[in-house]
Amino acid sequence: MNVAATRLFKSPVLLASLLTLSLATGCHKKQGPDPNSIGPVTAPSAPAPTASITADPLSIDLGQSVVLNWRSQNANVVTIDGIGQVNVNGTQTVSPSNSTNFHLTAKGDGGTVEANVRVTVNVPVAPTPPPADASNSGGDLGSDSAFHQNVPDVFFDYDSFELRPDATTAASQAAAYLTAHPAIRVIIDGYCDNRGSAEYNLALGENRANSAKSALVSAGIAASRIRVVSFGKEKQFCSDETESCWQQNRRAQFSIDR
Amino acid sequence: MQSATRKLFLFLLTLLSTTALATAQDNVFTGTNTGADRIRIAVSDFKPGAGDTTLKPIFDATLYSDLANAGIFDIVSKSLIPQTTPGTPAEMAIAQWSAAPASAAMVAFGNISVQGGKLITNGFLFDANNAQYPQVLAKQYSDNADENAARQTAHKFADEIIFRLGGGVAGIAETKIFYIHAAGGQKEVWQMDYDGANQHAVTHLGAISLSPRISPDNTRVAFSSLGRDGFQIRMYSLLLNRMVNFSAAGGTNLSPAWSPDGRSIAYSSSRSGDPEIWISDTNGAIARRITSFKGPDVSPVFNPKTGAQIAWISGRTGLPQLYIMDTDGSGVQRMTDGGYATSPSWSPNGQFVAFAWNRKYGPGAPGGQDIYVMEVASKRWIQLTHDGGRCDFPSWSPDGRHIAYANTADGRDEHMKIWTMLADGTQKHALSSTGGDMPNWSWK
Repeated sequence: MNVAATRLFKSPVLLASLLTLSLATGCHKKQGPDPNSIGPVTAPSAPAPTASITADPLSIDLGQSVVLNWRSQNANVVTIDGIGQVNVNGTQTVSPSNSTNFHLTAKGDGGTVEANVRVTVNVPVAPTPPPADASNSGGDLGSDSAFHQNVPDVFFDYDSFELRPDATTAASQAAAYLTAHPAIRVIIDGYCDNRGSAEYNLALGENRANSAKSALVSAGIAASRIRVVSFGKEKQFCSDETESCWQQNRRAQFSIDR
Repeated sequence: MQSATRKLFLFLLTLLSTTALATAQDNVFTGTNTGADRIRIAVSDFKPGAGDTTLKPIFDATLYSDLANAGIFDIVSKSLIPQTTPGTPAEMAIAQWSAAPASAAMVAFGNISVQGGKLITNGFLFDANNAQYPQVLAKQYSDNADENAARQTAHKFADEIIFRLGGGVAGIAETKIFYIHAAGGQKEVWQMDYDGANQHAVTHLGAISLSPRISPDNTRVAFSSLGRDGFQIRMYSLLLNRMVNFSAAGGTNLSPAWSPDGRSIAYSSSRSGDPEIWISDTNGAIARRITSFKGPDVSPVFNPKTGAQIAWISGRTGLPQLYIMDTDGSGVQRMTDGGYATSPSWSPNGQFVAFAWNRKYGPGAPGGQDIYVMEVASKRWIQLTHDGGRCDFPSWSPDGRHIAYANTADGRDEHMKIWTMLADGTQKHALSSTGGDMPNWSWK
């Protein structure tokens, strides 16, 4: 995985709305005198910088690479988020692991200009289903992997539905991510290991999922954004008779409720 | 405390056996050995009449199996009975049957034939010790000439004999067992005859369904099924052969139980955020909550004798334990003193609760999950299964003499089979192949 790309998707991916501007940004910028430069203080002569960035191809499968190509004029410092400072004109090959907005900032004496290009990465193992209903389609749900990285599963002790200390910490991290992505609704699945009885384990799984829900609600996430489903000992993650397998099954699992 | 009680039982048991009592009694009296010694009964193969004779072996085997499994007879081995096959009372030489080696007290015999596309069966029961007026029972049956009808006719005749000789308790040979059949990642509600014959699907939902419970009048099956919003109580009508309404509620809803009057359903619902026992009508309406402790509360079952009490499983103190309360939520009593107890089933006479119990449950602890029967009034218990792998979901037969349960010899859920045994733990045998789970015996 490309390290730069990893850092990129950690930063909030809120620039999707700028996507349509990506290639046209330079064209829409005024080529004449910058209104800001008309003021009495700054040097009137410095021309405004221009910048554009393209990616070829715009859509790749996971593991393939894409060539970024950027051009700027009248700029002194050009940075691309996640890559860092780069030459004012240049190309670079990247392999993002997720669909990524490459955000270029060009600073010059005449001001600052931005340009974007979005590279779509098709992840074959976990294709993202289309939004199930219209109410979700307007918001930014982020990516599944970003979600799972920030909202990890929480695991429980044997026959217990109390959150462990590590799970409490994870819950506050999860709450921060969910606060930053208000469009995400969460489904929490409660699971148990395969020992004991099916009916009791379903109730226990419900208690586990509700414990995780309570932690998120106490951290400020609206209860209406969270749905809870207990699977008990149905649909086991693994079926070995070992403590490590049992532990993996004793969990509350978070996913995006689409 | 419990182990001390158990030692006392063992002592009493030793005392009973050493005093050579005529009847060997259970230390918890389950009624299996009610009254005198088991009646020694001989079952003659029925005499074939006209027509198709392929149904006769099915009838003979079913009748023999019904009487052998009834739990009240000492059945004469077929190798000891006379070699004649009497088909009518006139052909019956009762002295041959009462003499050694058969030494039968009762003899069942008759004839079977196919006439005009109908299976005609004449069955008789003779008292071998009453040479002058030996006839106890004479029945004639007419049914379709097919295998299922041959089995059902045998069940009816067996139930007549069991009713006459078993202290007036109706036999169970015509009852059904509802259960979960797991295959291909799906779990559907299935049904079979009490002896494992005639296994077939009831629901075709393509989902994971659990905990089937047949209504007291045999018209509906309540169960819980996994949908988008988790497990919900569902209802299937055996009269309409389709799903009927049971209103969905929030949270996980599971383990329904019918009240004996058929008007209420108790089940576990977490609509309040915590799994509690609720009671509603049979459409899911007028629901009221009757438990209020944090922690899992599941698997309620009504006292079928009174309808006034509920036994259920609660994890309010940690590991799941067996509890009993009144149906208004008062009078809560904890019944088990430790371990991991699940899946109660209340006996039809109200005296006992059968349940699955792992008394040493815990990570790395030895011991297994076995079927136990507890006498409600005294909290004394006996263990019915031993060292046979994990057992769960006991369900009483309506005559209180049998318990069906699920067992997996190697502990793996996918190898679960349905078994049956007498309520004293004897005569265990499997009813289903692997993939059978959660048996529920019909009320009649």
